[in-house]
Amino acid sequence: MNKAALDGIRVADFTTGLAGPFGTQFLAWMGAEIIKIESMKHSSLLRQTAEVRFINTNLAKLGMTLDLSQPRGLELTKRIIAISDVVVESFRPGVMDKLGLGYEVVKQIKPDIIMLSLSGFGQTGPEGHYRTWASIFGGMGGLTHLTGYPDGIPCNERGANDTRGGQFAAFSVLAALCYRQKTGQGQHLDLSVREVVSCHIGDALLDYTMNRRDQGRKGNRDDFMAPHNCYRCRGEDKWVSIAIATEEEWRPLCQAIGKPELIQTDRFSNAYLRWQNQDELDKIIADWTLNHSHYEVMDILQKAGVAAMPSLNCEEVYTNPHFKTRGFVTEIEHPERGKQVVTGPPWKLSVTSNKIGTSPTWGQHNRYVLGELLGLSREEISKLEEEQIIY
Amino acid sequence: MTEAALAGLKVVEYAHFVSGPYCGKLLADLGAEVIKIEEPGIGDEARRRAPFPGDIPHPERSGLFLYLNTNKLGITLDLKNPKGREIFKKLVKKSDVCIENNPPSVMAELGLDYESLKQINPKLIMTSITPFGQTGPYKDYKSYYLNTFHGSGEGYLLPAGLGWVLYPDREPIKSGGFIGEYDIGLAAAIATLGSYYWSHASGEGQYVDISGTEVLAGLMRYEFAPYNDGWVVNRASWALPIGGLVQCKDGFAELMPLMENMYKGLLEVINPELAKEEKYQYSNIMLSYARPVGGEGDDARQSLKDIIEEWALKHTKEDIYHQLQAKGCAAGIVATPEDVLNSKQLQERGFFVEINHPNTGKIKYPSTPCKYSRTPWQVRRPAPRLGEHTEEILRHRIGISKSELVRLRKQGVI
Repeated sequence: MNKAALDGIRVADFTTGLAGPFGTQFLAWMGAEIIKIESMKHSSLLRQTAEVRFINTNLAKLGMTLDLSQPRGLELTKRIIAISDVVVESFRPGVMDKLGLGYEVVKQIKPDIIMLSLSGFGQTGPEGHYRTWASIFGGMGGLTHLTGYPDGIPCNERGANDTRGGQFAAFSVLAALCYRQKTGQGQHLDLSVREVVSCHIGDALLDYTMNRRDQGRKGNRDDFMAPHNCYRCRGEDKWVSIAIATEEEWRPLCQAIGKPELIQTDRFSNAYLRWQNQDELDKIIADWTLNHSHYEVMDILQKAGVAAMPSLNCEEVYTNPHFKTRGFVTEIEHPERGKQVVTGPPWKLSVTSNKIGTSPTWGQHNRYVLGELLGLSREEISKLEEEQIIY
Repeated sequence: MTEAALAGLKVVEYAHFVSGPYCGKLLADLGAEVIKIEEPGIGDEARRRAPFPGDIPHPERSGLFLYLNTNKLGITLDLKNPKGREIFKKLVKKSDVCIENNPPSVMAELGLDYESLKQINPKLIMTSITPFGQTGPYKDYKSYYLNTFHGSGEGYLLPAGLGWVLYPDREPIKSGGFIGEYDIGLAAAIATLGSYYWSHASGEGQYVDISGTEVLAGLMRYEFAPYNDGWVVNRASWALPIGGLVQCKDGFAELMPLMENMYKGLLEVINPELAKEEKYQYSNIMLSYARPVGGEGDDARQSLKDIIEEWALKHTKEDIYHQLQAKGCAAGIVATPEDVLNSKQLQERGFFVEINHPNTGKIKYPSTPCKYSRTPWQVRRPAPRLGEHTEEILRHRIGISKSELVRLRKQGVI
């Protein structure tokens, strides 16, 4: 097997929940050794309530459990940090300081450490200490307001607001690693997930700073393309998305749906008129899609050179032949739950390998981390177990 | 000037619209030298996309383009012309990374695919971003941002919660703006930097094949994972027992009392008497949120929902937000663009920065969500005008003479 891109990089990972763990997930897939440090007090809510979700965000990581509130637990944590390249944490701002693991302390232990603190609103500012979950980032960031039917209420995404924040954490750590590679210098990174959301609607925010315009909600619609919507198909709650940008796509669409006369119809004769009259077009298209399965529509229209994709549900994603062929959807063997379907990294790399692995059970790698990495004896480790410093 | 995190990284970007340019922007904003290649006379399609100041279309004034191309150098080059391709190869030879987001066949047809470019620069990292990746049965399928979003499974769950309750028979939708395309560009930047880090250590380059639908499906793991427990989540079942969006006096707020102490804080703010009633105890109301809602406790939940709705309508969103936060309950507002601009928290953090562009004057842009203690995010230049740096790059980087430049211009190569 080829080397992985981040072979040799070690991360002390204190994150819980969804955003932080998904951030270090990218580093794990690229081969970094992630030591996930869990404690009773700060055990992941996902671990407690929804283990399948925990598994899907903690692949290829090592599991370490210790009591951070005991002096001996803290000391062991510091020894793990001393042999790490990166620390990632997602506590509420101030908690790492209270634990005695703030950046200034961590820097003393390992001067070139890269430490990323991920939070909802950032480490600074009047609302930095506020409590947040994923969909709140979407609302505060401005995305929820822009999502929904043109005549309807705002709609929130849930997990995606966390996971896109996690992506930004992975990117930020990698940029800091590249800098350290050249200069030997570490640093502290303060990431706000709500600000990630705002950055990803930057163009809509510029409409406001330029024109004082609130773009509002557009459903599936686009400013230029039409038709551009989701259409009901045969079956229960089955839908297909269709988007048309050019004449070269419009004509074959009309042919494919058995309405060649539309090509000659004045009110659909150019992109602007189609956009103007898209409500009528949507009805015509939906009359046709209703008689086909969503995959049939995709097959027919893609053959004709028209962009069409079903609105897939999770089962359809997990069983989709394309995703399976690429190895994106794959099966892992979990030590306690057996076979699990998971999705891996969204890329294929030509030389370095991806590491998928499996997700650690509670304290699964305590002996490896303490014994192999820190050099503690069997007796010392047993004593730590007895004293409930590790558990 | 402080040193930038990615100073020294050299990138060629042959990408358009959102995903590829956002990938390039992320690198450029941290100090990489990104040379953006655009088609002569036409340019990136983002230049023809709104918003424009005063709604007057102009290729140098698109807010979408200006935002996505900060800190880049811009040149024009016709890659259909052999001379254009020759210049492209010379640029690639002196670069660490090439980013492109064209359909899979395009670079091969131009003779500029990874196999060809690797011959010129063995250390090159080439990142290709497409809706479905370079392999597999869908690789040549056509997909605009709407199709990519729905093809990933992300759209199927929108709208959920209150949105679904109000419109149970309507179509699934995409999330706002071009958010999926931004997410895809960000994932591409992760793989690119991971490869760059490795190439520095190993001396090798590699090809990075990014699939947009896979990026977005990957973001949905929280919703999708329970499939392993036999639950295929849909818009109807994807709701919180209590909380989510509520309509208030002046818009919408969001309550998320997912933990017991948060739930207690919520009741305390609305009406402390509620906490005394047996039926409103946390354990009766908040089922495990890993599971669909239904069954036992529904009556109590419904009556509590009614109480919350009535209460929320009497308060402003800011009021609800700060009151609940003061009692330790996770809550937020559904911010309009105006709210985002006026947020005290964002102002305190200096999130918006003014950037001066010769064609628009000063405009406020979002900066970065990540503050680096040693190598801060910086604006070094606004987005390039079409072909702004063609002469500078071709003369000084590639060593093309002034007279040759005139010839290339006449032939439409640049």
